[in-house]
Amino acid sequence: MAESVPATHDEHHEQSFLIKYLWSTDHKIIGMQYLFTGMFMALIGGFFAYAFRMQLAFPGTDIPGWGLVTPPDYNALVTNHGTIMIFWVAMPVLVAALGNFLIPLMIGCDDMVFPRLNRLSFQVFFLSTVVLLSSFFVPGGAFGGAWTAYPPLSAQAAYNLTPWGAPLWVLAVALEFVAFLMGGINFITTTMNSRAPGMKMHDIPLVVWMIVLASIIFMLSVGPLVAGAVMLFFDQVLGTGFYDPARGGDPVLWQHLFWFFGHPEVYVVLLPAMGVVIEIITVFARKKFFGYTPVLYTTFAAGVISFTVWAHHQFIAGIDPRMAHIFTVTTLLISVPIALIVFCSIATLYGGAIRFTTPMLWALAFIFEFLLGGVTGIYLGAAGADIYFHDSYFVLAHFHYTFFPIGIIATFAALTYWFPKMFGRHLNETLGKIHFVGTIIPFNVIFIPLFILGLAGQHRRIYNFELFPDLAKPEFQDLRVLATVALLIMLIFQVVFLYNFFSSMIRGRKAEKNPYEANTLEWTAESPPPHGNWSELPSVYRGPYEYSVPGRKADFWPQNEPT
Amino acid sequence: MTPVATTRSATGMPTGRLAVWWLIASEIVIFGGLLAAYIMHRLAHDAWSEQAAHTNTWIGAFNALVLLSSSLSAVLGHKAADEGDGKKAAKMLYLTILGGVVFLAVKAFEWTSEIQAGYTITSNTFWSFYYSAAGLHALHVLAGVIVMGIVAAAAKKNENLHRVELIGLYWHFVDIVWIFLFPLLYIAK
Repeated sequence: MAESVPATHDEHHEQSFLIKYLWSTDHKIIGMQYLFTGMFMALIGGFFAYAFRMQLAFPGTDIPGWGLVTPPDYNALVTNHGTIMIFWVAMPVLVAALGNFLIPLMIGCDDMVFPRLNRLSFQVFFLSTVVLLSSFFVPGGAFGGAWTAYPPLSAQAAYNLTPWGAPLWVLAVALEFVAFLMGGINFITTTMNSRAPGMKMHDIPLVVWMIVLASIIFMLSVGPLVAGAVMLFFDQVLGTGFYDPARGGDPVLWQHLFWFFGHPEVYVVLLPAMGVVIEIITVFARKKFFGYTPVLYTTFAAGVISFTVWAHHQFIAGIDPRMAHIFTVTTLLISVPIALIVFCSIATLYGGAIRFTTPMLWALAFIFEFLLGGVTGIYLGAAGADIYFHDSYFVLAHFHYTFFPIGIIATFAALTYWFPKMFGRHLNETLGKIHFVGTIIPFNVIFIPLFILGLAGQHRRIYNFELFPDLAKPEFQDLRVLATVALLIMLIFQVVFLYNFFSSMIRGRKAEKNPYEANTLEWTAESPPPHGNWSELPSVYRGPYEYSVPGRKADFWPQNEPT
Repeated sequence: MTPVATTRSATGMPTGRLAVWWLIASEIVIFGGLLAAYIMHRLAHDAWSEQAAHTNTWIGAFNALVLLSSSLSAVLGHKAADEGDGKKAAKMLYLTILGGVVFLAVKAFEWTSEIQAGYTITSNTFWSFYYSAAGLHALHVLAGVIVMGIVAAAAKKNENLHRVELIGLYWHFVDIVWIFLFPLLYIAK
């Protein structure tokens, strides 16, 4: 059954560096382009967090590496920290980099179905990155109206004082959406049409399912915001009044369009993260995943419900209280499928032969930390409680307890797990564990104090707490300093990761094809896989999670091994 | 070179057709969001009907006729391509392109006269929606015309005949968007 790959692939081995790495149509190279762009942007986003947290802990001092953080600086830093971490780190790394690298390898084909469209998708994404970064160097500086860009602040330069920064921000985000739409169409059609012979729906590894479902959710939710972004751009540049009530427009329209996308977006990045965790815990618990079909169908359910919860972001925006009831119910409902996925992951661990490798530690930490994020979300999903918590540090801490596990913890899990396949060498386990401890502990020390500050009623958009005597009390200020110091420690520990990552790429122990004795198809290719992935494409005979099957000598059973 | 991935078809549907359907799905939500926003605003502002009264229903109707007729030749082109007659398919596509060009020319004439009469994109939020929605649609017509030209040139040489169907699918979608825009922007006074 196996098709052999045409010999034309060999021609590509003689390409110049530029063609091979910057103009490639190979899905693995494009995945790496997304990965490295995302990592670069993560450094910038992390640096921004450092600058504005320093301002909050030590207001009015000269911040090393930035200088004095002025109020417009502060707004631009916070806005772009959020924008970058979600749209230029979580999305490109979790969806685009992993999707590109993993989908063809895990479903057993040689590339995406539209390789040139794939290349174009990265090029548009790269352009969007340049546009966003350039907004820091235009007159008036970068946009500072929060990553949610609510009008009228975002729509009129008279209010936001960034006549260039605001339109550039909208343009960058819109370009990024276009890039991911093209990438998403590729992911979906590739998985639908190009699976290895024998791979049925229920033989697809869950991480591939999750990335594809995330791409579908993204595609179906982002459209209205694309239209909304065009309208906002016209308001900014041409002077239309789509969001101006004085001229027949409505600022709340933007909130609806933004959150109709913005909430499904949470699931767009959450699903791939959960998929990564599922792959890792099955391999390192040496057990069949507990409940493949329930998790798959519950993910469909979560995807559908995710389109009906958006107005829980607008409980205090003047929406009809009867609407608030409905959105409270749907919001609490969506925690059911997500809880089911978490429980199935935990049930997989039960009775397993657990190996505490670095990726496994990250995966377990994801489950634990994301649980805290999910539980605090219940408070905010209930309209009555949200009216008190809204726009406080409680919201901020809740948000980071969901997005940090998604965008950082799951990303580290994925990078440490697939590193041998990506670069053909092993990471250093000791350094990996030092980095793990040095990230997880400070993370909790940053955000638990912020929960406390939020419960005490602290508003989250304050530039200098000294100007508010009630909030500048030492017991509050000490918590802010604690959070900032923990952030500094966490950032320093990232040096360990960067060192481990780049030195292992050159000097790490050579990795064999299947170092973890895993079942999925990517582990049957060379490490790293050549252009075309396999000299003879694999066929599939069973599901991805057949570990410790009774009566079998080996505790794993690769998908491509004939029965 | 084409990867093996592109030649596989686990669903039984050719990959190109599958992708065009997903493209159309993503476009439906873009236009859907814009039109839903317009309808909500329109319902809340009775006064906009005075503005809408200045749109020219006859020009809109003529353009609807042109665009719908151009879909007929797209279908005939698809039929010819299925029969392997690339020359005829290309001829039909050129006819469809002509329809698209007439549509855009009429639109240009219409907008020029409206702007000269003082109805610009900033004069009222009705006109903002009018120019944004019709403009976004016109951009799709333009893109369709360009891509169709490329497909037709290849079809003439009997290359990539399957693409005749794909551009036809897209063209029908652009038609259907106009079927929504025409009553919402022109007929509803």
